[in-house]
Amino acid sequence: MERIASAVASRLVIIVPYAWLLFFFLVPFFIVFRISLSQTVIAMPPYTPVFDLAGGLSGILEGMREFSVDNYVWLTEDVLYFNAYVSSLIIAAVSTFLTLLIGYPIAYGMAQAPRSIRPTLLMLVILPFWTSFLIRVYAWIAILKPEGLLNQFLITIGVIDQPLIILNTNWAIYIGIVYSYLPFMVLPIYSALEKMDHTLTEAAQDLGCTPITAFWRVTFPLSLAGVVAGCLLVFIPAVGEFVIPDLLGGSETLMIGKTLWNEFNSNRDWPVSSAVATILLLILVLPIVYFQNVQAKADSEGR
Amino acid sequence: MAKWSRFNIVSIVLGFGFLYLPIVLLVIFSFNESKLVTVWAGFSTRWYAQLWHNQSLLDAAWVTIRVALLSATCATVLGTLAALALVRYTRFRGRVLFSGMVYAPLVMPEVITGLSLLLLFVAVGLDRGFWTITLAHITFTMCFVAVVVQSRLLSFDQSIEEAALDLGATPVRTFFAITLPVIAPAVFSGWMLAFTLSLDDLVISSFTTGPGATTLPMKIYSQVRLGVTPEINAICTILIGVVALGVLVASIVTRHREMQRERDERAAFAAIG
Repeated sequence: MERIASAVASRLVIIVPYAWLLFFFLVPFFIVFRISLSQTVIAMPPYTPVFDLAGGLSGILEGMREFSVDNYVWLTEDVLYFNAYVSSLIIAAVSTFLTLLIGYPIAYGMAQAPRSIRPTLLMLVILPFWTSFLIRVYAWIAILKPEGLLNQFLITIGVIDQPLIILNTNWAIYIGIVYSYLPFMVLPIYSALEKMDHTLTEAAQDLGCTPITAFWRVTFPLSLAGVVAGCLLVFIPAVGEFVIPDLLGGSETLMIGKTLWNEFNSNRDWPVSSAVATILLLILVLPIVYFQNVQAKADSEGR
Repeated sequence: MAKWSRFNIVSIVLGFGFLYLPIVLLVIFSFNESKLVTVWAGFSTRWYAQLWHNQSLLDAAWVTIRVALLSATCATVLGTLAALALVRYTRFRGRVLFSGMVYAPLVMPEVITGLSLLLLFVAVGLDRGFWTITLAHITFTMCFVAVVVQSRLLSFDQSIEEAALDLGATPVRTFFAITLPVIAPAVFSGWMLAFTLSLDDLVISSFTTGPGATTLPMKIYSQVRLGVTPEINAICTILIGVVALGVLVASIVTRHREMQRERDERAAFAAIG
């Protein structure tokens, strides 16, 4: 009896989370795609056709005849959407590069630190990740404002005499993204560097490399897996970022996450926001699949 | 052992300064007497006192805590199962799809997750509110739990599990007697992570909420849009304090447990030797 229970239990280990993710993660994407082919109406839900399962197969087929690609045509006709996609990709790419530039030296410093203080340093990098994203973005408003703390400080020490305009520009968005996503960059690079065999760089230096050449020819290539994982962890969510461009960016900043949010919450246009989401997902499918491969490879190595 | 050069120390100090300075400033200015957030006018706790009279804020906090407790607990069960499935069953039909569905939510932009879940809830005719937010939070946080537990399971010595099975324990019994106690710290930190992610979430909650269910981040967001006020700084400081305290206690407990275990192991070896 207990044997049978165990056999059932080991099946459930797979089936329960599998079914949950299928229903709450995968199926919704098909619904998004389906609604992106619908028309906007003023009703609840605000789109047509609405599937009536009571109508059976003929009812569904009837509904499918009303599908149209109008929303997609609309997206290509309005240059605003195209610009929003392009500028999201550029902003995400620039911020990812800046995060790497700042995150790598931190991860490197941590990996070189005495073994006894490494857990503390690791804890200090993770801790900000536990505090609210919204709060951390909010904290920057008071700092970057024209009369804010950064400008007060710079004027007091005499570096500038006119306040810098940073808030509501793309610079504020870069700062916000770098700040919010920095732990995601530092952690994978640190874990790649920590595993590295230090005798390799010593050998390179013994053979006549300068420390800098040894770094570029030995250390950096060996940490590349961490760099790739870190960049993907920053880049993919940054493309669809909403809170940062909304709170720190200006009115002229176009980012697709904000466009989608406005389309949905202000214009109440569910079909168009579904079409926006579908295209965003198509753009991100390649990096996401690549990220999964990197993760799966790391798992099989850890085995 | 490579030396810890001055460059390393400088980059760590600057990096950590960058990470912590904004939070520290926010906390400092929550104790500011003045209504202007950026001008210091003396120490005061009046903004904290004011919070206690803001009933809608307290209601939102209560909703948020209930959602976070419930969703973190369900997400921990589901996430641990998912991690077991990924590590212990290396081949089953649809495994590639399964691991894809576990990793993708980690990087999926929140606007997409939020919109797609909302459309699902509308399609199946679920009333939006407390329960839809909770279901949405379970879905995206369980994947973080799965990753945390998975990394612990990967470094787990499977031979002690095999020993239990050889001695006649059923897989279920082996799990509860052997596996779970060993991975417990990871399961607990998975729960903590799920709890704080749920506590913080704005975008997914905003999409999946209905009338009557406003969470604290939604409340904070709507006030932030109107401008920076010391009252928001005070709420944020309390939230930061609660989370920091939780993380600190958790890390002390796990470190204490690990030291205890090491001592036990040493004692066991000494007894054998």
